[in-house]
Amino acid sequence: MPAATSGQTIGPFWHLIEHPEWADLTRFGAAGERVTLTGSVIDGDGNPVTDAAVELWQADPPADDRFPAFGRCRTDERGEFHFTTLKPGPVPGRGNAQQAPHFAITVHARGLLKGLVTRAYFADDARNETDSLLSSIEDPKRRGTLIAQPDGSKRWRIDIRLQRGPQGETETVFLGV
Amino acid sequence: MESARDPAPFRPYQPGTQPPYDAAAYGSTHKRHPLENLIRLPHAITETTGPQFSPAHFPPIRDLSVLNGKAALGERIIVHGRITDEDSRPVPHTIVEIWQANASGRYQHPGDQHDAPLDPNFRGEGRVFTDDDGWYRFTSIKPGAYPWRNHHNAWRPNHIHFSFFGSGFAQRLITQMYFPGDPLLELDPIFLSIPDEAARNRLICKLDMSVTEPEWALGYRFDIVLRGRGATPMEG
Repeated sequence: MPAATSGQTIGPFWHLIEHPEWADLTRFGAAGERVTLTGSVIDGDGNPVTDAAVELWQADPPADDRFPAFGRCRTDERGEFHFTTLKPGPVPGRGNAQQAPHFAITVHARGLLKGLVTRAYFADDARNETDSLLSSIEDPKRRGTLIAQPDGSKRWRIDIRLQRGPQGETETVFLGV
Repeated sequence: MESARDPAPFRPYQPGTQPPYDAAAYGSTHKRHPLENLIRLPHAITETTGPQFSPAHFPPIRDLSVLNGKAALGERIIVHGRITDEDSRPVPHTIVEIWQANASGRYQHPGDQHDAPLDPNFRGEGRVFTDDDGWYRFTSIKPGAYPWRNHHNAWRPNHIHFSFFGSGFAQRLITQMYFPGDPLLELDPIFLSIPDEAARNRLICKLDMSVTEPEWALGYRFDIVLRGRGATPMEG
């Protein structure tokens, strides 16, 4: 059986394929509850990662001609990214489980030889209590790194810390997919 | 509990074929790699489905060697290949994103301060789609080598960046294509970060006389394999 091709870093010059409008998943006229998701990407020295490509994918609402369900956003000089999209609902998990509403997020950057995959759930959603991934993480600080916090009306914020910080700040949970 | 309705997960990567997050010889990994273990996530709909790109919304850019009707400087090349999965099934109608430096080894990018000339007729972005049988093709110019600051006198081998999506989020692949016979490969911490030698060598394209066009351009072939869908769920 042939093996899957090896990955390599996206490097610092990936912006040649950047199209800023990709960060707005509603640009083709999608209908639904619009939300924004912002945050910053931070390295192990506590410094902003200013050259990352943050990618967002959601299985709900399902992609169609007016909703790509996928976006990509650069981090700016403060390490910040900003997506406009539709709020996801719950999706099926394995077996008969339901997963709480979430975004899948991948960070690609110089210094990442392959993308780092994480998720953003929504604070105060009761379904988080029964979500299989969240329930499997015992340390509440670590679990909290997967939960976006409200940041104004229909605005959510999540910071992504690639590595434990200089003062022991909690590293984001990354997923082996 | 598993259910018969569960989507087929993608298979785990074969050992040694993927680079680590922490690669000591590649300095930029030092403060950007996780110290904690990744949490294994059994694949469900979020991982088994993925974005689909329509050429209507994402128009192809098939020829990087010409900009506004004017030819870029450098050695014109044709790159083609086939995208299949680990079960040798073609991946049709999938987007391929491409970006690269110009023939002098300079990116059309404000962050690239290498003292080599920009080319007004070269931007360095491509986008093509595979056909019904998984084949893609584009025309470009051969990118130059360039210095980077990873270590003293560090130079990247000639390479073209590629991005693939496949049919599921867990198939996402970003990689680099290298050229045969490049002596910089054996000195490059990014290329050498892949533990398995045969796997790394699959990132080197092959001269392909069947697509080389007489009096026009050399042809190279670069095939891609995306993860296959396994019959059983990944171990937890």
